[in-house]
Amino acid sequence: MASITDSGEAGERPARPRGPLIYRQAILTRITHWVWVIALFFLLLSGLQIWNAHPALYIGQESGFAYDNAVLRIGAENTDAGPRGFTTIFGQKFDTTGVLGMSELRGRTNFVGFPGWATIPSFRDLATGRVVHFFFAWVLVGTLAVWLVASLLNGHLWRDVILKPRDLRDLPRDIWDHIRFRFHHGRTYNPLQKLAYFGVFFVLFPLIILTGLTMSPTMNAGWPWLVDLFGGRQTARTIHFVVMVLLVLFFVAHVAMVVLAGPINELRSMITGYYRTSPGTKPDAPTKGKAE
Amino acid sequence: MSRLILNRRRLLGLGAASGASLILSGCDQFDFLGQRNDPVRDFLERANSLTYAAQRALVGQQAMAREFSESEIRQGQRPNGSTDPRQNVELYRDLIAGNWQAYRLRITGLVETPKEYSLTELANMPSRTQITRHDCVEGWSCIAKWTGVPLSRLLDEAKVKPAAKFVVYHCYDMMGGGLSAPEPYYTSSDLIDAFHPQTIAAYGLNNTPLPVENGAPIRIRIERALGYKQPKYVHTIELTDSLTPYGLGQGGYWEDHGYDWYGGI
Repeated sequence: MASITDSGEAGERPARPRGPLIYRQAILTRITHWVWVIALFFLLLSGLQIWNAHPALYIGQESGFAYDNAVLRIGAENTDAGPRGFTTIFGQKFDTTGVLGMSELRGRTNFVGFPGWATIPSFRDLATGRVVHFFFAWVLVGTLAVWLVASLLNGHLWRDVILKPRDLRDLPRDIWDHIRFRFHHGRTYNPLQKLAYFGVFFVLFPLIILTGLTMSPTMNAGWPWLVDLFGGRQTARTIHFVVMVLLVLFFVAHVAMVVLAGPINELRSMITGYYRTSPGTKPDAPTKGKAE
Repeated sequence: MSRLILNRRRLLGLGAASGASLILSGCDQFDFLGQRNDPVRDFLERANSLTYAAQRALVGQQAMAREFSESEIRQGQRPNGSTDPRQNVELYRDLIAGNWQAYRLRITGLVETPKEYSLTELANMPSRTQITRHDCVEGWSCIAKWTGVPLSRLLDEAKVKPAAKFVVYHCYDMMGGGLSAPEPYYTSSDLIDAFHPQTIAAYGLNNTPLPVENGAPIRIRIERALGYKQPKYVHTIELTDSLTPYGLGQGGYWEDHGYDWYGGI
């Protein structure tokens, strides 16, 4: 396995000094990763569909209709120049015609929050958005449970996700290296990577799952502490939305880093598990390499 | 090194192009999920049964929805869905014209003794008042005070037969129209929700008689479920062992139009 990839790569870039090819990603890490790619894609697009049914976010227990507790509102209005799409954030109003509030799909103008190309289905269908969203919510929670157990057992969690004092010490240097696009490909993740994945697994995912449950009237009866934790159902809905935005930003940074750090090597490690490290990395122990 | 950069650029471009094409052409590729009988959709819908089972397992049958204080009522109850059956339901118009004298709330189906209650009879029964949060499936919430007769009391008087599994709530208001023929609104619940202490046949809202726009004369409140499980303009409560005979068989008007039956999230 290693020798085949060696020759293939050697022809492509002969001058680059390279470290050993190591087995970095366990099978369950890879499977759960790709399941999340699919699940999060559907959760995002069905979530925007659901949100379009009432494109406003509030702070508190309820939605103010006779008073204003909205922090975000997307809609369309008639102006002197015809109908326009608007987005209002914390009282600041922006014209977002074409994308938010008013957009075109297959030659037809739609007055919707998020445009049809960003929702599943592309037309307005709250019922279907909910079917898709709740199915993939279960997929996300189920694979997270599998990942957590597997990562505890195979050491991924301790090795690559949990930040140790040493990582915090190395963090400034790692940030400086990232700014200069100097990436060190080691056996374990670097401090910034650990920070990013820790944030996703132990802050963003728990937050988006718990705020999702807080929107459930049945769960409110069973676990009333949920509503108190997030300061009301509508605040929980707002947090759910904000965490969605943060996850999208994580996705953008994640893909950008894969591309910058060497997309073929990075993608290979998430498909076959094998990863080309920087020079100086200790190779796999021979028995382990063969066993895998 | 220059070759490397070129590679990365090309890959970046490729990635961006494929991502964009997935988004632009990809999303209406999932429009088929909107078809009610699509087998993929049927499969995805099974998650709703899982959610129902999980919520019933995690949440006690008697667990109460949060009740709020008077000071948390900051606005009227927002009307949604049908707001005026007078416009297309003659019978309803007549009932209002007669000041509800002819109105009866019927308990029928799988019961030992079918019952009928006038509004006066209901108003003279022990009542329950609760300030709760109404959560619409669209995403908004509204806090209001509801007064009515605990449904469990009415069901106990009618004596529910052991074979009964569901309670169907039949309403006066007609939905749809336009391309499809108008369909009467109805929804249903299991017996757990029907007998829940906060489930009431409500005739009062925020210290006034229930207004037409909010479901006069009787609206059933099932406080641990979404708004489409709070049927307005209810005239008949029917105990049954199967939801198949009603509407399209999914247990409610919105349920027949693709919404999940339980409505707990």
